[in-house]
Amino acid sequence: MAQRVVAIIAALIVAGLVIGPVTAVLWRGGGFTALSAADLSALQFTVWQAFWSAVISVALAIPVARALARRSFWGRSALISIMGAPFILPVIVAILGLLAVFGGNGFVNLILEPLGVPKLDIYGPHGVILAHVFFNLPLAVRLILQGWLTIPSERFRVAASLAAPVFWLLEWPMLRRIVPGAFAVIFVICIGSFAVALTLGGGPKATTVELAIYQAFKFDFDLSKAASLAVVQLCLGLGAGLIALLLARGDMLGAGFDRVVQRWDGSRLLDATWTGLATLFLMAPLLAIFIAGLAGLFDLPIGIWGAALRSFLISLGAVALTMALALPLATKAGEAASLLGLSVSGLVLGTGMFLIVQPYVRPSSVALPVTMLVNVLMALPFVLRILRPGVESARVDFGRLGQSLGLRGWALWRIVYLPRLRRPMGFAAGLTGALAMGDLGVITLFSRPGEGTLPMAMYQLMGAYQMDAAYGAALLLVMLSLGLFWAFDKGGRAHAVV
Amino acid sequence: MKTTLITVAGLLFGTAALADGHTPVLTVYAPDYFGSEWGPGPSIEAAFEERCGCDLQYQTGDLLPRLLLEGARTEADVAIGFNSDITKQARDSGMFAPHGLDLSPLTLPIDWNDDTFLPFNYGHTAFIYDNTKLDGFDSFEALLNAPDDVRIVIQDPRSSISGLALVLWVQAVYGDEAEAAWLRLAPKIVTVTQGWSESYGLFTDGEADVVLSYTTSPAYHIIAEEDLTKSAAIFEEGHYFMVELAAKLATTDQPELADEFMAFILTEEFQTMIPTTNWSFPAALPVDQWPEGFQDLPMPETVLFYDENEAAALRDTAIEAWRSALSQ
Repeated sequence: MAQRVVAIIAALIVAGLVIGPVTAVLWRGGGFTALSAADLSALQFTVWQAFWSAVISVALAIPVARALARRSFWGRSALISIMGAPFILPVIVAILGLLAVFGGNGFVNLILEPLGVPKLDIYGPHGVILAHVFFNLPLAVRLILQGWLTIPSERFRVAASLAAPVFWLLEWPMLRRIVPGAFAVIFVICIGSFAVALTLGGGPKATTVELAIYQAFKFDFDLSKAASLAVVQLCLGLGAGLIALLLARGDMLGAGFDRVVQRWDGSRLLDATWTGLATLFLMAPLLAIFIAGLAGLFDLPIGIWGAALRSFLISLGAVALTMALALPLATKAGEAASLLGLSVSGLVLGTGMFLIVQPYVRPSSVALPVTMLVNVLMALPFVLRILRPGVESARVDFGRLGQSLGLRGWALWRIVYLPRLRRPMGFAAGLTGALAMGDLGVITLFSRPGEGTLPMAMYQLMGAYQMDAAYGAALLLVMLSLGLFWAFDKGGRAHAVV
Repeated sequence: MKTTLITVAGLLFGTAALADGHTPVLTVYAPDYFGSEWGPGPSIEAAFEERCGCDLQYQTGDLLPRLLLEGARTEADVAIGFNSDITKQARDSGMFAPHGLDLSPLTLPIDWNDDTFLPFNYGHTAFIYDNTKLDGFDSFEALLNAPDDVRIVIQDPRSSISGLALVLWVQAVYGDEAEAAWLRLAPKIVTVTQGWSESYGLFTDGEADVVLSYTTSPAYHIIAEEDLTKSAAIFEEGHYFMVELAAKLATTDQPELADEFMAFILTEEFQTMIPTTNWSFPAALPVDQWPEGFQDLPMPETVLFYDENEAAALRDTAIEAWRSALSQ
């Protein structure tokens, strides 16, 4: 029962860290405000684009993940690591990278033009979805790939020897269990989109709820409106989480001997095509960012390194805290609760935390810890999505064995769970660290000069017209994020059982 | 765990707060760009500390929202970096005290006699283009009549102060016809960005031919990059005037230092630092003392400006004209 108490405490901490700040802003703003017609149309667009972004990301991720799951080729594990990069890019950098490929003078149009094909116009609802798929396809691929890796290899052997339909027998039940959760997480991420939707949407038609919150806060100082919209976001996130819980059925496939999968089915050509297309789509903008940043990388101002160090420490802190909260929360209800933190506007969370700490300490002196905390809240849903399937199958497959051996508490975790969770934990930690590194986040609300983070320094350089240096800083950021991601992810995979 | 982290963070990053107890501290709230090591903040801090025998500390972030959140509890003595289009809300808060300064040193293109908000730099909204690719536009009409394949990028008036200045500019030039003007401009607008940085990045990357920025933007390219290819299109209808302001907090516990800082803003020493750190025109410095690249910049003959009351009253109309035209 001690485990249950810890889980409840962790859930209460998360809920409190989300609901507390929103309530503080609502309180200060004097209650709810009715939404205007413009807010409602923003809400409609927000839900529409989030739905399609999530549907397409997940739909494309299934064949890519399958290809990666059933083939082994040279560089596969490096490819899987690097493919995660778009997900952790700062928004502005990703936009510039995407435009270098799909923009008016982008790479695609350079190829199309001599062929006499009409120019590709990226701006519009399709641009928003394209960008969101670019961001979230890697996450979807990884989540679904992990699902594939939970299917014991013995099952594939048996299926192969019986010439049984692998998809309906083995893969479909796994997908039914994994896909709704992946969809929910991506849907909720896209709910909070703002700069991407606006820039690639081509203008005010692509107004999201987050933009309305930003406007209410920065221009109108209408806290009541900002908090009301944040509550709407909360409801959307919670709704998505509950629907995912209801849909996520499908049986566990039972235990095997935890061996590496060997497959005899599927078309090699098809798998190579999917892997190739996904690699091209995800890597081309990254390459553009790399080229743009290379020149600036070598004359970065000295102040960048302090900012980089602070960002690095924030991410390490965020990783530790996220993992500490995630392990006890890796249950159905815990995962649904964690979506709260992701769905609510970071601006409102930050403002609420500001209001809460202000009577006791000088807000700028806790800017970095608060930034870290907000990052933890944002990362938890991904982390739980990644960990929960592993925790559950370990519980189902080995829990009874552990019990019969009298393993309890820490020993149970150390001997049964943690070795089986190494791979997902490494991935989750890498993702958390990289995300925290790249997050501009709430630090812009209250900070002191000389204490900024790396993304902040990048924006400051842009604001001072120093675009080359800014792109250099962006590249540094990408390399640090990826490095951190790779280190954790690799650490998790080394000697991993599953 | 949290407390440990806060302590560690405090040890790592809290050095600014460790000034010795005897030196008086002047706390200045400023926008992020201002206080960054690439903005005007650091040189202004050094120059002022030399004369005041005090410790000037910046706190950066969103100026007005933060001050309004903190209310009377604020530690700010001075706030610098307000824009005139939103000072009404700042003034209505009653948080600011008159500066009591003689405003005759001001060299603004418009009359300024505000007793609370003190200008320290200015500029005008302008469309910037690459003069090796385009001939430029001598009027707003010419821009509206330009072929639809001219690609323009602007900022969103709901999230950006320069975007707000643009819709007020269109309002000032076209009045009731503003929405019709936006409809003519709409096919040329490739996209709208959250802030100025994204727009300017799209422009320097070649994704747009024309970008909404300031009359002073070419000065950066000329002075810092020796690049003469960026020009501001000067319109005969006039340009919208943008001024940045500072004010003293009524609740300051360092009234003398705050007054001294406000007076320092109008000095030649402060003003000469503005052009090449803030990339804008100094508010109180005769043209012959401007840096060379600035003296040669083409200046608009007509300056359009709404005072804070007019700007506040027109804002919703101007934004709606923009939104409605661009949503079609």
